[in-house]
Amino acid sequence: MQQRGYSTAGAVIEAPAEARTKPSLGVKIAKFRELGLLGFIILLSIGVQLRNPSFLTWENVNDMMTNTAILGILAVGMMLVIVTRGIDLSIGAILALSGMIAAQTVTAYPELPPMAALLLGTAVGLLCGTAVGWLVSKAGILPIIATLGMMNVFRGFTYVTSGGKWISAHQMPDSFKALATGTTLGINNLIFIAVLIYIAAYCFVNHTRTGRRIYAVGSNPESAAISGISTDKILWLVYAIMGSLSGMAGVLWVSKFASAQGDTASGYELSVIAACVLGGVSIAGGVGKISGVILGSILLGILNNALPLIDVSPFWQTGIQGSIILAAVLVNAVVKRGVDRNHLMRRKI
Amino acid sequence: MQPRMITNKLEFSFKRFFLQWEWMLVVLLLAVIVMNVNLSEYFWDYANLRDATMGFLDKAFIVLPMVFVILLADIDISVASIVALSSVIMADLYTMGVPMPLAMIICLAVGTLCGWVNGMLIVKFKELSSVIITLATMIIYRGIAYMILEDQAAGSFPDWFSFLGWGYVGSIPFILIAFILFAVLFGVLLHKTVFGRQLYAIGNNGTAARFSGVKVDRIKIIVFTLAGLMAAVTALFLTSRMGSTRPNVATGYELDVIAMVVLGGISTSGGKGRMIGAIIAVFLIGFLRYGLGLVNVQAQVLLIIIGLLLIFAVAVPQLKRAKLPAKKM
Amino acid sequence: MAEYILELNGITKRFPGVKALDNVYFKLRPGEIHALMGENGAGKSTFIKVITGVHSPDGGEIFFDGKKVKFDNPTDAKKLGIAAIYQHVTCYPDLSVTENIFMGHEKIGKRTKRILWYDMHKEAERLLRELGAAFSPKTLMGALSVAEQQIVEIAKALSTDAKVIIMDEPTAALSSRESEELYRIAERLRDKGTAIIFISHRFEDMYRLAGKVTVFRDSKYIGTWAVDEITNHDLIIAMVGREIHQLFPKKEAEIGEELLRVEGLGRTGYFADVSFSLKRGEIMGLTGLVGAGRSEVCQSIFGASPYDKGGIYLKGDKVNIRDPLEAMRLGIGYLPEDRQKQGLVLQWGIGRNITLSSLDKVSSKGALNAAKEAEIAKRLAEKVNVKANSIFDLASSLSGGNQQKVVFAKLLTADLDVLILDEPTKGVDVGAKSAIYEIISSLACQGYGILLVSSEMPEIIGMCDRVAVMREGRIHAFLDRQSISQEAILQASMAN
Repeated sequence: MQQRGYSTAGAVIEAPAEARTKPSLGVKIAKFRELGLLGFIILLSIGVQLRNPSFLTWENVNDMMTNTAILGILAVGMMLVIVTRGIDLSIGAILALSGMIAAQTVTAYPELPPMAALLLGTAVGLLCGTAVGWLVSKAGILPIIATLGMMNVFRGFTYVTSGGKWISAHQMPDSFKALATGTTLGINNLIFIAVLIYIAAYCFVNHTRTGRRIYAVGSNPESAAISGISTDKILWLVYAIMGSLSGMAGVLWVSKFASAQGDTASGYELSVIAACVLGGVSIAGGVGKISGVILGSILLGILNNALPLIDVSPFWQTGIQGSIILAAVLVNAVVKRGVDRNHLMRRKI
Repeated sequence: MQPRMITNKLEFSFKRFFLQWEWMLVVLLLAVIVMNVNLSEYFWDYANLRDATMGFLDKAFIVLPMVFVILLADIDISVASIVALSSVIMADLYTMGVPMPLAMIICLAVGTLCGWVNGMLIVKFKELSSVIITLATMIIYRGIAYMILEDQAAGSFPDWFSFLGWGYVGSIPFILIAFILFAVLFGVLLHKTVFGRQLYAIGNNGTAARFSGVKVDRIKIIVFTLAGLMAAVTALFLTSRMGSTRPNVATGYELDVIAMVVLGGISTSGGKGRMIGAIIAVFLIGFLRYGLGLVNVQAQVLLIIIGLLLIFAVAVPQLKRAKLPAKKM
Repeated sequence: MAEYILELNGITKRFPGVKALDNVYFKLRPGEIHALMGENGAGKSTFIKVITGVHSPDGGEIFFDGKKVKFDNPTDAKKLGIAAIYQHVTCYPDLSVTENIFMGHEKIGKRTKRILWYDMHKEAERLLRELGAAFSPKTLMGALSVAEQQIVEIAKALSTDAKVIIMDEPTAALSSRESEELYRIAERLRDKGTAIIFISHRFEDMYRLAGKVTVFRDSKYIGTWAVDEITNHDLIIAMVGREIHQLFPKKEAEIGEELLRVEGLGRTGYFADVSFSLKRGEIMGLTGLVGAGRSEVCQSIFGASPYDKGGIYLKGDKVNIRDPLEAMRLGIGYLPEDRQKQGLVLQWGIGRNITLSSLDKVSSKGALNAAKEAEIAKRLAEKVNVKANSIFDLASSLSGGNQQKVVFAKLLTADLDVLILDEPTKGVDVGAKSAIYEIISSLACQGYGILLVSSEMPEIIGMCDRVAVMREGRIHAFLDRQSISQEAILQASMAN
């Protein structure tokens, strides 16, 4: 299943000096993909700015960043899931459910500190994520099927708990709405939280054993089992983390938009997956960087913000987003082929 | 060595015959019917049953090719978007003055094309799973539907068009006749032809199939194209029933369809299951939905039930088997 | 310290339906290189898995450094200092060399629990230098060659302070220069007191390195000898269990006109400049070390993978084969190396498997004819003498040898002239082997041209009219019937 060309085909390999010094285009792109992405973001920003000077104003940038923050938080969790060769389609529903529960709680107990609502939402998300993780790791259900099924279940629960009603701005206490609009150290809370999560995730995936083992499991599950890594636990963990982040994002979402509905964030999982794929997270598993995911989220955020500014109809956004995802996936595949081909060329026959 | 006699007659065994998943489905279906009869005295009435069936059959057309797709160990989550896109294009063309029959043919052509594009991408980019490719095309197809109609509805079709979804031949609904015809066609294709045999071979062991001279790529393209075509057929019936269309039409159909297929005993790891199972599952879920609707169970609770059914259907055989190594999604 | 660092007494391991190890013994001294030899399927792989804690034995005891031990999982064995380097490198291609070395036993800070990258890189660098490798520990594993990956695996074993290192066919994929490098590393480790279990099919490896040799056959322990006390001939008899010539019922077939000619065939990265021709009634061997490019050549001829240079001629006409179906229509059949993954649909009955490659014969206008199918399946299953009761018996329920017969039956359904048989007896027990040889021999007499790919020297010597020896993706020698010998083949497959 995951045996790759170079580890099975055992021909003898001795690189002639001149072959080593000539990496193919694909290899070059692979090395500089993040720089490339950054370059693309800058070019895009300049282009939009030329068309509409209100793009790079402090206000708009701040607005854009707060909008991107939730996407970015979710993308971190999704990266971990995809690194283990999985996918999670249930996050939009988890987000809605925990957002709804948090909103109902603060409506009923207006004096509750917003922090408690945030924790409550995260706990709900954790619970949902644990359930998904169990299905994937212990029951052995394909991630796509398990999360597709649970997406319905969670979405159904959201409607059931709300009785089909909305919770709108005037029902929520101001302190709760201030969660998303307030600032910490002069930075918007959402951005602040996102940055904290990025730092924590960076340390987790790069500097802890468990973090690295997530990559090991995604890169080669059989080897991981031989090295004594518990694949099940790792899978369970990533879906639990994904769930917790979705739960937290749910509270932030409800606070930011000051409304909780049954169909909150419906289909949002696709944007999150898109951010990961744009950021270079490989669907085949084992590859993905926090820095890439940040850039991917920012690129999507800019697109969402900039398209209306340059008079692209909002109805075009879905199509444009989908095309960008497809292009990113296909380009990734082509680049990977270039790298593999380069390895083959190095073999002396 | 003594040459050995090998029999080629399969003896009938009661145990094997009754230990089939389809019987389980039949029992479940009967249970649902009994439940419905208890819930409402009107349920067991020909006119009522007939109308109930007409209400849930539109998406059943996609179930048929989805059985093929899942037998190949692939998945196609873009079908609902194909329904929307082909329906929207048909309505838009008709509104622009294209004659309805031509618009319907174009609707079918659009669906076929979308399915073919899926198939080509999956075959040309073997390193990518069908999940991610159809996820991307799902967004794109829906996106194009939005580009065309924005948030408008389009409709006011000619009167005869409503015959597809509402009409009867004698006292039998046309949609039921169409479904039975297609179901027989797909069932025969799957179980009685070389194509079907090769499809099972690919689902069980793609490499061995290829080494045995099966044109794996061609079959995959055909199957995904069929999925697109049948999504367009669904678009025809659905649009006819609704009388108008919107870009957000058929949202979530892919889940219903996959749930029916999986509940029908078609294994998501490919190569196992039969058409009849999926067809029973169509009626099972359809009547379940209808019955719960009779007693005013919210649609949202149905979401939970269907989600759990889906997981249950996959998990049961999975838990029975010894734990297998982790699979690619 | 005990006399033996590792001692296994009477180890037995059963799998459903088979005894994979039957009462085997093994004793290993510190600072010793001990060769473990045996045919494919002799139980070597299972044995390693028992030592490394992947499988727990059903009977027998294991002593490590004089103390009785029991492994419940791979971690237990690793903690004691037992490390294995597998035949197929089991690496994480997406991670760096350092991570590959330390995965599972990363260095972490005592209080902070964070990974000490600096220390790990430095340690990895030191290990790689010690092993004479020039690449940086920060390189991605996937970018390294197989030989380089093997060095990383050894570094990984060293990083755990392994007292016992098991090397499972480490030289199989290496050129002779790289093998020499590996020998030097192994000797250096031995001199430092590490015990090494060296598994190899190459006699050269054994003579060059090992002090002792233990032989397994058919899951049983045969014996242990000092390498300089046993002759090559006796060792082969110990491994095979009988004089080899009785195994091969080769009949002389009439050799006819040329069927297949390959000229200058090449595929970037796999093989180059392969030319040969095959005549009616001829059995031509294609041998060489594993990884020399034999299977790749066959699959390119069969259309299962592409080639980018040269041409293929059938009965004198140049053909352009794009996929296996086309190859079969033109008369080329291929019996794949891995019958479970490439040859059979294990979940299916024998009958369906047999007819899969010739469905057009059991159908008309695309509609299957069940009666005709059952008839053909029965006839062919009986023809190759599959041990089964019904054509509905699942392929997965058969033994390896009978599975292989089913794959043969598949080939017989099509109208073929050329049969490419890729390791037809791999993992097949001795009795079934001779039945398969009989089939091959009678096929040659019926006028098929047969290309027999094999790593098993006796098989090549016993069956072939002519042998091509491949090395490093090229054919290095042709030997005819008179000059085929173990020595000649070895020389051609290893020479510099």
